Amino acid sequence: MSTTDLEIVPPSEPVDEFRDGIVAALTVRLGSALVGSHVRPNDDLWVRVAADAWADTFRLLRDVHGLRYFNFLSAIDWMPSPYGRDMDSQVDNVLEGKEPKAPDARTTGVAGGDTRFQVFARVHNLADHWGITVKADVPDDSLTMDSIISVYAGANWHEREVAEMYGVSFAGHPDLRKLYLPTEFEGYPLRKDFALLARRIRPWPGIVDVEQMPGDNEPDEAAAEPA
Amino acid sequence: MTLTDRQQLAYIAGQAADARLNVELETEGMILNIGPQHPATHGTLRVIVRLDGEQVVAAEPVMGYMHRGYEKLTEVRTYPQVTTLINRIDWLGSFANEVPFILAAEKLMEVEAPPRAQWIRTILFELSRIANITLFLGDMAAQIGALTPVFYAFRDREYILNQIEAVTGGRFHPNFDRIGGLKDDLPKGWGEETKGALRKLSEFCDTMENLVLGNEIFAARTRGIGVIPADIAQAYGLSGANLRASGVDFDLRRDNPAGLVHDKLDWKVWTHPDGDSFARYWVRLQETREAIKMVEQLIDGVPSGPVMAKVPRIIKVPAGEAWVETENPLGAMGYYVISKGDLTPFRVKIRSASFNNVSIAPWVLRGVYVPDVITILASLYFILGDIDR
Repeated sequence: MSTTDLEIVPPSEPVDEFRDGIVAALTVRLGSALVGSHVRPNDDLWVRVAADAWADTFRLLRDVHGLRYFNFLSAIDWMPSPYGRDMDSQVDNVLEGKEPKAPDARTTGVAGGDTRFQVFARVHNLADHWGITVKADVPDDSLTMDSIISVYAGANWHEREVAEMYGVSFAGHPDLRKLYLPTEFEGYPLRKDFALLARRIRPWPGIVDVEQMPGDNEPDEAAAEPA
Repeated sequence: MTLTDRQQLAYIAGQAADARLNVELETEGMILNIGPQHPATHGTLRVIVRLDGEQVVAAEPVMGYMHRGYEKLTEVRTYPQVTTLINRIDWLGSFANEVPFILAAEKLMEVEAPPRAQWIRTILFELSRIANITLFLGDMAAQIGALTPVFYAFRDREYILNQIEAVTGGRFHPNFDRIGGLKDDLPKGWGEETKGALRKLSEFCDTMENLVLGNEIFAARTRGIGVIPADIAQAYGLSGANLRASGVDFDLRRDNPAGLVHDKLDWKVWTHPDGDSFARYWVRLQETREAIKMVEQLIDGVPSGPVMAKVPRIIKVPAGEAWVETENPLGAMGYYVISKGDLTPFRVKIRSASFNNVSIAPWVLRGVYVPDVITILASLYFILGDIDR
């Protein structure tokens, strides 16, 4: 076990010199390829890099910053669900004679984003106990990213999962066959426009749990009784 | 990270087998299909191995027979309803699955559970670990042909399941953790009963040490078999006992307590330098003993007070992203929760331990003999629900 004194910051101080330092070091190395960053002091760190710097970022993190532990890789579809907000499906609204709700505006998470799909991966430094989430916008036209198998061998199955669930392809991956789904499966299930059939053909029975109770005018402020 | 001689030899053997694959492909090999229904696979994992005589030149796990699409289903459920689903990921240590998700939601809501709830959470978390790993300790021996230990394991696991049931009402799927605390308090007299159960489990660990670890056949079948060097283990994201058995001294309970109270207890993280199947068994046995020690301390130290913080009855989680992982029985389990301020999560990425742990199988099975495929898979210890989610 090597140094653990890197994170010594007074707990009341909302400044995280260590993580800010990492962002500064990455900015120097990556230049304009580092598009965004977000630090939650003494807790977590996000950076967003350009798509063509995706693999290089991980090489840098592994070799220079000692993040040798690969945690996971996945993707996000930022498109708002076309089937309405919350759990009300179109069908629920049609049955009750309501107008379909307008979809939410597209938002992005921490460290920002410009495209519909983002890939994100998390790597750790086990000796010094810190980790970083790296995000990258997937180009809308090609939907292709560079594979990071050459950096972290464990990314293999994660990239296969993202490819089948989101339709994002990984250049340089040796074997992008489907991992979970049947070979002949069509569509990309985790995309927001992939309808969950069970929700469309039947109103959701769980909805009663969150209906407003009589007398609840301000549902957000109705505090629970202590159990 | 320095390698032992044995790790280096195993690595060279793996490389040699890799090189041979290209040569051997020109001759007629044999393809053996292990699974989907095989007692060694804890569910329905299918492993296709290509053989050169008795030696495996390529192995490929095939999953998806149990894929339930939890990441999609969480998007149409409210936060309190999600725990019902995630109970079924690692079904042998269900309560432990709930904890990181609830902690992630609490992190976004900036709610903290009262101290008593945190302690009881930790008790149930560690009891899940004991119940889960007990089964491994017996089952691993069964894969080698010793059937007795698995009966001991099922018998003694029941004592722990009874205690979990006494608190939560469910033997396998407690669904007991709530955002802001717990559903209920501990029943009266539960602590003493649990200590009695723990003494039986402590005896079980001693029995396993004599019966399995001290057994020459077991040692011959596991020593030096399935060696995973530390740097490979990290690159594949192995976690839990699999990582510590490769000599990496990392345990989230100690290094990133994240809402549980492991940092207030006296316990030890065990590692083993060998990285072979034997080391993985040995580390899990020591971890079970540590968990027993921990629960005993926890029962004595539970503070008084409420078990539920004040939270709104209708839970809307503020917009944001949170990542929380905990050291579950099978390894690190984490949830990356993205919220848009609605009743339901926008996206939940479930990082389950077994997925990463099994992804090393093609690497580690290369160059081994057919009977060792079973022992190596058993020693990696995965639950199919935890791979397929």
